[in-house]
Amino acid sequence: MPVYHPPRIAASEITPREIYMSRRKFMGTAAAGLVVAGASSALAAPLAGSPSTFSTDETLTPKEAVTSYNNFYEFGTAKSDPAQNSGQFDPLPWSVKVDGLVGKPREFGMDELIKMPLEDRVYRLRCVEGWSMVIPWIGFPLAALLDQVEPLGSAKYVSFETIVRPEQMPGQTGFFQPLEWPYVEGLRLDEARHPLTILAVGLYGETLPNQNGAPIRLVVPWKYGFKSIKSIVKISLVEEQPQTTWKNSNAREYGFYSNVNPEVDHPRWSQATEQRIGEGGFFSVANRPTLKFNGYADEVASLYEGMDLKANF
Amino acid sequence: MTVIPSLPRRLHGPSIWALYVIGLCPAAWYFYQGATGGLGVNPVKTFEHLLGIWALRFLIATLAITPLRDIAGINWLRYRRGLGLLAFYYVLMHFAVWLILDRGLDFSSIAGDIVKRPYITIGMVCLVSLAPLAATSNNWSIRRLGPRWSKLHQLIYPVALGGALHYLLAVKSVTFQPFIHIALVAVLLAYRPLRKPFLGWKRGSKPSVARATR
Ligand code: HEM
Repeated sequence: MPVYHPPRIAASEITPREIYMSRRKFMGTAAAGLVVAGASSALAAPLAGSPSTFSTDETLTPKEAVTSYNNFYEFGTAKSDPAQNSGQFDPLPWSVKVDGLVGKPREFGMDELIKMPLEDRVYRLRCVEGWSMVIPWIGFPLAALLDQVEPLGSAKYVSFETIVRPEQMPGQTGFFQPLEWPYVEGLRLDEARHPLTILAVGLYGETLPNQNGAPIRLVVPWKYGFKSIKSIVKISLVEEQPQTTWKNSNAREYGFYSNVNPEVDHPRWSQATEQRIGEGGFFSVANRPTLKFNGYADEVASLYEGMDLKANF
Repeated sequence: MTVIPSLPRRLHGPSIWALYVIGLCPAAWYFYQGATGGLGVNPVKTFEHLLGIWALRFLIATLAITPLRDIAGINWLRYRRGLGLLAFYYVLMHFAVWLILDRGLDFSSIAGDIVKRPYITIGMVCLVSLAPLAATSNNWSIRRLGPRWSKLHQLIYPVALGGALHYLLAVKSVTFQPFIHIALVAVLLAYRPLRKPFLGWKRGSKPSVARATR
């Protein structure tokens, strides 16, 4: 007869008391306890933000679609891979190291980041592949984090890095690894400080599911989705334009800026239209025109005044 | 040399019909899934991709018949026509899904894509090249065209190459699935120029099996 052995839990996996307590606090409805959502991380917990005027009132993409149709190559390249293969990813404990050309380099624990002034931001997301969603993020402006480390005058760019954890990220192991790890991204400092640029810690009223970049990710709504780097462990302020993963993989097709632009086609496909996921159906695909800067031109076009957007794609 | 027990002659005809029925099952199944919400949140793209991949698989199977006979002594020549026609049907369905379900018959964007997107241009050339092969895949045409029939049907080689190239250009990064399909096409095409020397060598070393038909 098989004997039941309680699972052994490594000391490192037990959440320190202070983090646990602070997590309890932000969970608000403590009675609900840990909400275990189907595809989401087992740690998904309710999370609330204050409303923001930057939010769009377009119809939200259903949560089921937002959490099952993802590009997160660390978990595999198929759209369904991140939801299917991220179950054993442990987003906590977590910390983000902020360093480089700053007056006060330091590490931020997730307990601290989750207590930043959180806002609801309903943003359009446009993937470089030609599909789009409308996602209710919860997060805070990246500028609020940058202010705390006091960037030096010499800092011109911000670079970001995703975690490397092959033992929990099957896409980072095996023969066919489509990209080089760690995944890295970058923004110009003024782009990074723009009020639309946020670090998201949740979506749809809960902490981020693993497949969407738990526990903390960037969201830059006027750029193609791959700029919005997931599961960030490091942010550095630098002087030179940083390396970015997709540009390293194919510089002809993916540029540093990667602003959404219907007038600048991908070398292999058109960017003039996009398919809104979750709308329409098998017999009626919801294609719509793509908007310049993903519809955020009023807010961000001035960042690129005088720049040739075809050359700086 | 023959490894597989051969099928009784009277079952040859029915087995060919079975191939068509079985071969069309993936398309029917995926269509049913797509129409009933079983293909995820982007069912049209998924359906389109699956039809494209199955088209390439049938092209690969068509190209595999000759080496299978040369190397393993398995004679499945009777299935080659069916496999080739299935490849054509899948390309046609792949194209129709793109035209109707994906692009919604928006002819200006369709025409623009065909001339401007190299991978779609290549796909289109492949489809157009497959049409005369499909149209002449019958005994009457073989008799009528005589030696020209074989010449015409050598178009299958550039079509397979084009299909693989089209796949390579359609994906964002080459992962396991595209790699394995493209590699199979490459190996099967590379075999063609090696075939004569190979058969010659085989005849030399084992005279009894020398039955190199075309
Ligand atoms: C021999 C002919 C053809 C073969 C073997 C073939 C095969 C494929 C394969 C394997 C894919 C990739 C599926 C994936 O990404 O998983 C693909 C994608 C695609 N094919 Fe074809 N194809 C052929 C002809 C055509 C034609 C005639 C058209 C339309 C004019 C076409 C349009 C497309 C499009 C639009 C995609 C990309 C869909 C997307 O990701 O947006 N193909 N094809």
